Amino acid sequence: MQPKPIALKILDVVSIFALAISTYLALFFAPTELVMGQVQRVFYFHIGTAWVGMLGFVIAALSGVAYLVTKDMRWDRFEVAAVEVSTMFFFLTIVLGSIWARPAWNTWWTWDPRLTTAAVTELIYIAYFMLRQGIDDPEKRARFGAVYTLLGGVSAPITFMVIRLFRTIHPVIVGAANANQEKMSMTGDMKIAFFFALFAFTVIFIDLIWHRIRLGSLQDQVEQMKLHLSM
Amino acid sequence: MTDKMQNSNPPHPSLFKATFAIVKKDLSAELRSFELVSAMLVFSLLVIIIFNFALELDVKVRQSVTAGVLWTTFAFAGTLGLNRSMSAEKDRGCMDGLLLAPVDRSAIYFGKAISNLAFMLLVEVIVLPIYSVLYNVNLFRWDLIGIILLGSIGYVAVGTLLSAMSVQTRTREVLLPILLFPVAIPVLLAAVKASNGILAGADFAEILTPLNILIVYDVVFIAVAFMVFDFVVEE
Repeated sequence: MQPKPIALKILDVVSIFALAISTYLALFFAPTELVMGQVQRVFYFHIGTAWVGMLGFVIAALSGVAYLVTKDMRWDRFEVAAVEVSTMFFFLTIVLGSIWARPAWNTWWTWDPRLTTAAVTELIYIAYFMLRQGIDDPEKRARFGAVYTLLGGVSAPITFMVIRLFRTIHPVIVGAANANQEKMSMTGDMKIAFFFALFAFTVIFIDLIWHRIRLGSLQDQVEQMKLHLSM
Repeated sequence: MTDKMQNSNPPHPSLFKATFAIVKKDLSAELRSFELVSAMLVFSLLVIIIFNFALELDVKVRQSVTAGVLWTTFAFAGTLGLNRSMSAEKDRGCMDGLLLAPVDRSAIYFGKAISNLAFMLLVEVIVLPIYSVLYNVNLFRWDLIGIILLGSIGYVAVGTLLSAMSVQTRTREVLLPILLFPVAIPVLLAAVKASNGILAGADFAEILTPLNILIVYDVVFIAVAFMVFDFVVEE
C-alpha cells in the first residue's frame, strides 16, 4: 500500500484551517444582516456547499463522457468521487437552506425552482448509487454510471427551466432575473466572508475527492489481490 | 430467398428498414397476446379509480387535477410497459439475437422506442374516452392529444434507454421508476402544465412555454439516448 502523498497531507491541513477561518468569518467577522439578523450567517456555508455541490455534478457528467470515450477506469473513479462528495454537500445545502428559510420565509420548504431542482438533482444522484449497486461487473457498472450521470447532467437544467414557469421567492445574489425578485446586497466584510467560504469549500471539496479517488484505487487493488488469492 | 440475398447482397439493411422490422416484430407479438397493453390498460383504470377516492374527484376538484391525474396514470402505466417490453427481450434471449443481427445498434433503440410509444399511445387513446365518460369532461381535443403525444415521446425516449439499463441490473424492475422519474420530471411537469392550460381554456401564448420545453426535451433526449445507447447494450 502506498503511503499517503505529502501533497494530500498538506491539503488536509489547509482544508481544516480554511474551514476554521471560514467559520470565524461567517459567525463573527461578517456584520449582522439588517433585515434577517443572525440567521443570515448560514448563507455563507449555504452558498459554499451549493457551489461545490454543483461543481461536482458538472465534473461527474464530464468525467462520465470522458470515461465513455476513453474507457479508462480512472475517469470512473473520478466520477464516483465527484458524485459521492457532491451528493453529501448538496444535502448540506438543502439542510442549511431550510434552516434559513424557516425564519425568513416562515416555512422549511417551498416548491421554488431552486429548491425543487436541488431536491430532484439529489434524487437523481441517489438513484445513481442504487444503479451502481445493482451491477456486479465493474466495467458495466462504470459504463452505466457514466450514461446516467450524463442524463442527469442534461436533465437538471431543463428541470430548472420548467419549474421557473412558476413564481419564485428565492433571493438572487448575482443578477436578479426580474425587478420583483428580492435582491441581496452585501457589504465589503460580507463579501470577504462570502468569497472565503467559496474558497474554503473548494479546497475541502478537492481534498475529499482526492481521498475518495485514492480509496477507490485501493478498493480496486484489494479486489485484485482477492482475485489473485482465490486463483 | 438465396436468390434475393445474392442479388441485393446488403451487408447492413438501412436504419429505417431495421427499425421497422423491430417495430413490426414487437407489434405482431403484442397483437397475438395483448399481454402488455392489457396489463397497462387495466392498471391505468385502477389508478384512475384509486385517484377518484383518494382525491374525492368532485366537479370542482376535477377541473384542476385532471391533467395531473392523467399524467400520473400515464407515467405509472408507461413504466409497467417499458419494463415488460425490455425484460421480455432479455428473458427469452431475444436481446442477444438482436445484438447479433448485422444492423446498427441505434435501430434497436429506435425500434424499441417506437413500439413502446405505440403501446403507450394505444393505452392513452383508450383511457381518454373512458376518463371523459367517467368524469364528464371532454378530453378529446386535438391540442390536448398533441401535448400527450409530445409528452409520451419524451417519456418513452428516456424510458427505453433506462429500461435497457435496468433490466441488466440485479434489482431490475424495481430500479426503472427510480432511475426514470427524476430524469423525466421536466417532461412530466411541462406536459401537466400544458395540459392544464388547455383544459382551463387558456390562450395559446400561455401554453407556449411548456410546449417549447416539451419539444426541447424530446429533441435533446432522443439525441442523447441515440448517442449513448451503444454503451448500454454492448457486451
